[in-house]
Amino acid sequence: MSNPVIKGTHLCKNYGSVQAVRDVSFNVNEGEIFGFIGPDGAGKTSLFRMAATLLLPDSGNLEVCGLNVENDYKKIRRLLGYMPGKFSLYQDLTVEENLRFFASVFRTTVSQNYNLIRDIYEHIEPFKNRRAGKLSGGMKQKLALSCALIHRPRLLLLDEPTTGIDAVSRKEFWSLLRRLRDEGITVLVSTPYMDEASLCDRIALIQNGQILSTDTPDVVASAFEHQLFAVKARDMYLLINILETCPFVRSAFIFGQEVHVTINDYRNADEDKLVNYLSDKLADVVVYQTKPNIEDCFMELMSNKTKKG
Amino acid sequence: MHEFKGFLIKEFYHIFRDRRTMLILFAMPVLQMLLFGYVITNEINHAQIAVLDKSDDYITRKIITRLSASGYFEIKSYLQTHDEIKEAFQSGEVREVVVFEDNFSESLNRFGTANVHIITDASDANTANLIANYTSALIARFSADEFNKDSRGLTIKSDVRMMYNPEMKSVFMFVPGTMAMILILISALLTSVTIVREKETSSMEVLLVSPLKPAHIIVGKVAPYAVLSLINAFTIILLGHTVFGLPVLGSFILLFSECLLFILMALSLGVLISTTTNSQQVAMMLAMVALLMPAILLSGFIFPIENMPFWLQWICKINPSTYFIIIIKNIMLKGSGFMAVWRETLILAFYTFFFLFVSIRKFKTRLT
Repeated sequence: MSNPVIKGTHLCKNYGSVQAVRDVSFNVNEGEIFGFIGPDGAGKTSLFRMAATLLLPDSGNLEVCGLNVENDYKKIRRLLGYMPGKFSLYQDLTVEENLRFFASVFRTTVSQNYNLIRDIYEHIEPFKNRRAGKLSGGMKQKLALSCALIHRPRLLLLDEPTTGIDAVSRKEFWSLLRRLRDEGITVLVSTPYMDEASLCDRIALIQNGQILSTDTPDVVASAFEHQLFAVKARDMYLLINILETCPFVRSAFIFGQEVHVTINDYRNADEDKLVNYLSDKLADVVVYQTKPNIEDCFMELMSNKTKKG
Repeated sequence: MHEFKGFLIKEFYHIFRDRRTMLILFAMPVLQMLLFGYVITNEINHAQIAVLDKSDDYITRKIITRLSASGYFEIKSYLQTHDEIKEAFQSGEVREVVVFEDNFSESLNRFGTANVHIITDASDANTANLIANYTSALIARFSADEFNKDSRGLTIKSDVRMMYNPEMKSVFMFVPGTMAMILILISALLTSVTIVREKETSSMEVLLVSPLKPAHIIVGKVAPYAVLSLINAFTIILLGHTVFGLPVLGSFILLFSECLLFILMALSLGVLISTTTNSQQVAMMLAMVALLMPAILLSGFIFPIENMPFWLQWICKINPSTYFIIIIKNIMLKGSGFMAVWRETLILAFYTFFFLFVSIRKFKTRLT
């Protein structure tokens, strides 16, 4: 296997007394989509800024494209495409002007790399004379992605690119990312949405500045060793209250229209025990076995952490 | 250079599309200049004066008639004794007392000269100066009209005395000061927010990751405003000339170049403020407080520097506005050439490079 595009070892970053990143190590390999999955304030943005050479780690070592972020930051910056979490294009410039500006600033032209951004740019081209500030959230992100790609970077850093965007645009955005990966561009992406985790090649679950687990989404999910039940009832509020006080329920988290439940003695777990317990107290109880997803793992790892801590 | 050109184009878009910037850039100077123009008017109309005619002969009476017929003056009262002069001023009724000496026409005929004392209330320094100038001009005109055929070369000597503010500086003091203030305020204000704005909208993050060098960004921020401020400088000089009647005795090109230099200095200072602050509000406050107050108070604009305590004089000496005011007064009012102001010019140039250099050095290539 070739050298990793990003190699971080024992990275720490503090802001005053706040520890934003605590002893984080991770590798991003050539040609993969690597996702940082975690809630707001987990330290994802700090890691992105470090990878973009905009922040220096307080301790630890970080190499991007085989170059040190402290000494070789100028070289690294030419190999990067960076999209910050906040919309960072010029709202008073039109779509086309923004794209042209970033092309010129990266010493290239729009036509030179047009084939790379064509798929993305075609979505927004009808609005090329519109001011960027007047675009919808999804279109803004597509424009930002086009601008970040205009110089054909080797590594693309996308900090929460799908936050605040509708479901359809998010889906489109991810299919665009997969196409870029197939073009040979390594993508480091972060998201607070657990459902997007399975769209990455590898993920790192992050919480409180620490990586809880790093692997492919399937492996991360399969590490969940408990039998998981989905429970539904007419009165969901009552249901969660009852589950939380139930003596043999290990964990219960609301998950959309259902509650995901694990039971203390997971080797002998079957739904009958739950159904019996709940049917006495609630109407229309439905219980069935379900497969754990990343979010379940995340919740599980998080609660383990708090128990240990 | 390709990336620098792209950056410049972007900056022009920002300026032309922001109505607020355009207003500050083009409307504010005109407005300020006009406001000052109306506050400090140089026209006098029916100024109330008093006369103490100790001679009361045909020539003095002729002069008095000439004064009141000019339309500039209205003879409010005729005084009898010297003691009444103070009273007249203190009552606030008159702004000037014209005193003719004893035996005015007699001494004119016998010795060829006679004296008129023009005493003005210089607590309102600008008006006092104007009135005194008008009066002596009218008297000089009279003497030319009356005696030019006379071979004896008769002259009426008018001597002006400023009461209450004998060290009064020229009225034209004000206009160069206003020009300096407007230019430094607008220039510094506009650039002080430009880089901070990019920090606030996080577009700076993307710019930092790009191959743009700090010098590109700094110069790219200053250059468009410098070009547009040229129009500003022109407007201000024009207004100063038309509204204030401020002469431009020296070279216009030189004056214009000095304005451009001063603008560049102010813009660089604004950029320096911008690179060292993190919010537009702080930057603007800094520009206002740190630049406006010294530009008005510590530049010799309103208060003469010689009268200040020693330590304030030193602040005036490091204040670039002080030098600009000296430069434009020399060029506009005295008609001096470059040789008279090269030292001040050099100081301004030094400041410009110093501010630019520090800005580029202080420009952070990373986030903090």
